[in-house]
Amino acid sequence: MELVELSRLQFAVTALYHFIFVPLTLGLSILLGIMETVYVMTGRKIWRDMTKFWGALFGINFAMGVATGITMEFQFGTNWAYYSHYVGDIFGAPLAIEGLMAFFLEATFIGLFYFGWNRVTKVEHLIVTWAMAIGSNLSALWILVANGWMQNPVGATFNADTMRMEVTDFAAVLLNPVAQAKFVHTVSAGYVTGSIFVLAISAWYLLRGRHIPLAKRSMTVAAGFGLASALSVVVLGDESGYMETVHQKMKVAAIEAMWNTEPAPASFTLVGLPDLATHSTRFAIEIPWVLGLIATRSFDEPVLGINQLVDVARSRIADGLVAYRLLQKIKADPKSEALRSQFEKHVGNLGYALLLKQFRPDIENATAADIDKAAASTIPNVPVLFWAFRIMVGLGFWFIVLFAIAFWLSTRGRFDRYRSFLRGAFWSLPLPWIAAELGWIVAEYGRQPWVIEGVLPTSLGVSSIGAGDVMFSLAGFALFYSALLVADLYLLTKYIRLGPDETLGYAVAEPAHAGE
Amino acid sequence: MDYETLRLIWWALLGILLIGFAVMDGFDLGTAALLPFVGRTDTERRIVINTVGPVWEGNQVWFILGGGAIFAAWPPLYAASFSGFYLAMFLVLVALILRPAGFKYRSKVEAPAWRSFWDWALFVGGVVPSLVFGVAFGNLFLGVPFSYDSDLRFHSTITLISLLNPFSLLVGLVSLSMIVLHGASWLNVKTEGIVQARARMVMPWAALAFVVLFALAGIWLTRVEGYHITSAIAPDGPSNPLLKSVAQGPGNWFANYATNPLLWIAPVLGVAAAGLAVAARGKPALAFLLSALVPAATIATAGLALFPFLLPSSSDPTASLTVWDASSSKLTLMIMLGVTVVFLPIVLAYTAWAFRVLRGPVKPDTIASDSRIAY
Repeated sequence: MELVELSRLQFAVTALYHFIFVPLTLGLSILLGIMETVYVMTGRKIWRDMTKFWGALFGINFAMGVATGITMEFQFGTNWAYYSHYVGDIFGAPLAIEGLMAFFLEATFIGLFYFGWNRVTKVEHLIVTWAMAIGSNLSALWILVANGWMQNPVGATFNADTMRMEVTDFAAVLLNPVAQAKFVHTVSAGYVTGSIFVLAISAWYLLRGRHIPLAKRSMTVAAGFGLASALSVVVLGDESGYMETVHQKMKVAAIEAMWNTEPAPASFTLVGLPDLATHSTRFAIEIPWVLGLIATRSFDEPVLGINQLVDVARSRIADGLVAYRLLQKIKADPKSEALRSQFEKHVGNLGYALLLKQFRPDIENATAADIDKAAASTIPNVPVLFWAFRIMVGLGFWFIVLFAIAFWLSTRGRFDRYRSFLRGAFWSLPLPWIAAELGWIVAEYGRQPWVIEGVLPTSLGVSSIGAGDVMFSLAGFALFYSALLVADLYLLTKYIRLGPDETLGYAVAEPAHAGE
Repeated sequence: MDYETLRLIWWALLGILLIGFAVMDGFDLGTAALLPFVGRTDTERRIVINTVGPVWEGNQVWFILGGGAIFAAWPPLYAASFSGFYLAMFLVLVALILRPAGFKYRSKVEAPAWRSFWDWALFVGGVVPSLVFGVAFGNLFLGVPFSYDSDLRFHSTITLISLLNPFSLLVGLVSLSMIVLHGASWLNVKTEGIVQARARMVMPWAALAFVVLFALAGIWLTRVEGYHITSAIAPDGPSNPLLKSVAQGPGNWFANYATNPLLWIAPVLGVAAAGLAVAARGKPALAFLLSALVPAATIATAGLALFPFLLPSSSDPTASLTVWDASSSKLTLMIMLGVTVVFLPIVLAYTAWAFRVLRGPVKPDTIASDSRIAY
């Protein structure tokens, strides 16, 4: 395999591994905050013990989140050096702010969360727990500001003196609508993951008649929080989809396998078999109007198809080539104002010209055939996106149903009577992870061939390192992470099986009276 | 604020963040490096681990923040150093990844083989980064082979073996000895009885090793071909490393010290602090403050010698990265300075509160009574 493929694979493997642990941290931290708040407000010890027990499982997961997260902070530099050089002026800032504002908060207070129970007051400990939860969630905000910029690079322009992108409007980067939509969608997905985790394990206890007071209360919290989150994940995911139609038309067309523009409002392909070779979808089952409504929020705006978007790319590549040729002249004659003002007119499409680099190094001499090839390369892997998206959305709807039932049962207070519900809740345990990983694939794989949409092709972003070195580190990370994941799952199962009493080392407080 | 001032401030902040990392995460790394030796029984080892258990995660953020700040303020340096030192960085990452799992998982299973495995994993997680960071610093003085093409795409021919040269290995040992001294000094504060006695025994040897190795590295450095900028300096010029010219020659790394003899305070302070930390080890808190000064002064010594160089190129000296041509844009430096000025004091305030809450030595009975929660 070549350097670019290996580097991409390593990033995908390490990011997907990291994202096994992150959603649970996001969701469970808030659930811990809620449980402890109930404890502080009511003084009932069972809520403290719930916080401690779920907190023990949280800690095992958190350690892996930290372990796999260290790699992420440095991988842009190690494996994507040109990317880091080219956009570091914009992309580095949210990462640094994430460290300063979020990581310090969560990492400092997680120590006190475990070791502070007997050292600070009840209220102080509650503040510690919430500080940890807010820190975790803020880190999601900043990393998604960074990621949102990769999808929709606002507030920046190319500087010919430094040969890189530089920030012109930081507020635009921060308030990037794509980043905002992604943030709420991603944290909601995390809350669903945390809620399903608590729901499923509590269901397992109830099926076995163990730890009933703790399990029922945990389930009630998870049901309410989970229902709100599952609803918001779908609604805000839809907002995220709308943003993509505005800013990443190709991604939407690929997700929908919409090969050609349809008259508005476009129909939504529920299922089908998209074929990359023939640019067609076989056995498609379509629902009229739905896509047009979701994607454009209107009845009369058309949604552009893949073939039409390739035409758009072709003309942008041609214009980008003008910018590229001017840039070569500026390098030779840096003082010429005339060249620079001409360059400014075409610089917006410079990134499109760079797509040609994968076909020939001397892109200023590109032929029409090269431009056709480069334009065709803007089509992402349609079948993968089509199915990843549909499975993710299907799971999203299942979570709403599951939590709605759980919420309804919780108002009646008799979870333990409905064994088939409990079984369904338990077997739903792996599903949020599948949905979250597929969501990552839709977002990042769907952005290909770009690493920064319209600005920098992925294949140019790599470091100048040997493919052998990357093969070595990729194998190393894969083996090492897998071994740690085994240890993580072993410990989680061990403590879940042992149950709260054994985990905490004392019998979990029983409620003071039956009615509680 | 002008571009020149911002670049100088960010050069200073880079130093402060590296010092923050070496001082805060330094004592965790040092403690982990000493773990198998100062702790012989399981309880002793748990005491050692629990001295850093509640705080190491916050400390490690200094490392993450260091990476993030280099990315934000010095993107060419971030790109060049981490891709150039690829396999060295991989070693560091693997070693550091062992730590979260080691701390959290070690005492969750009783089997002695499991615990012993994680003890040695923590040891590796302490020693390897301390050593490799020093080796990396050593290579900064020698320069590493890299160049840029006209698109400013970075090309390097650095190999792991070429990084492991005698001078850099010596600097690696300087780093390891100061980290071990600082770790022993931390254990001196946070433990009692036999563990504390063993930590105290380590301190003079670590300090002696540091002073001797540090002096040796300094003497060797007089023979090293340093770098200096030979063209006119444009402190507010664009961040393009190809616009200057650079020459090499022995003694260049002492040029700043020759122009401004006051700078000698830094190396003198480092050596003096190491000695005083040993002398004051009967007063653990004071000794700890002194041992924290050692990495601070050592990093300052190196930074002041290198200034204005960040990463010199041995194969194409003109391509060297300096404070004047490897920063972010003025606007990014300005915004990041604003964010740092607001948030760093807040971070320091709650970190101080956390350390205050957790003050006092870790005792065997705390481990026994809190066996399920303690690491």
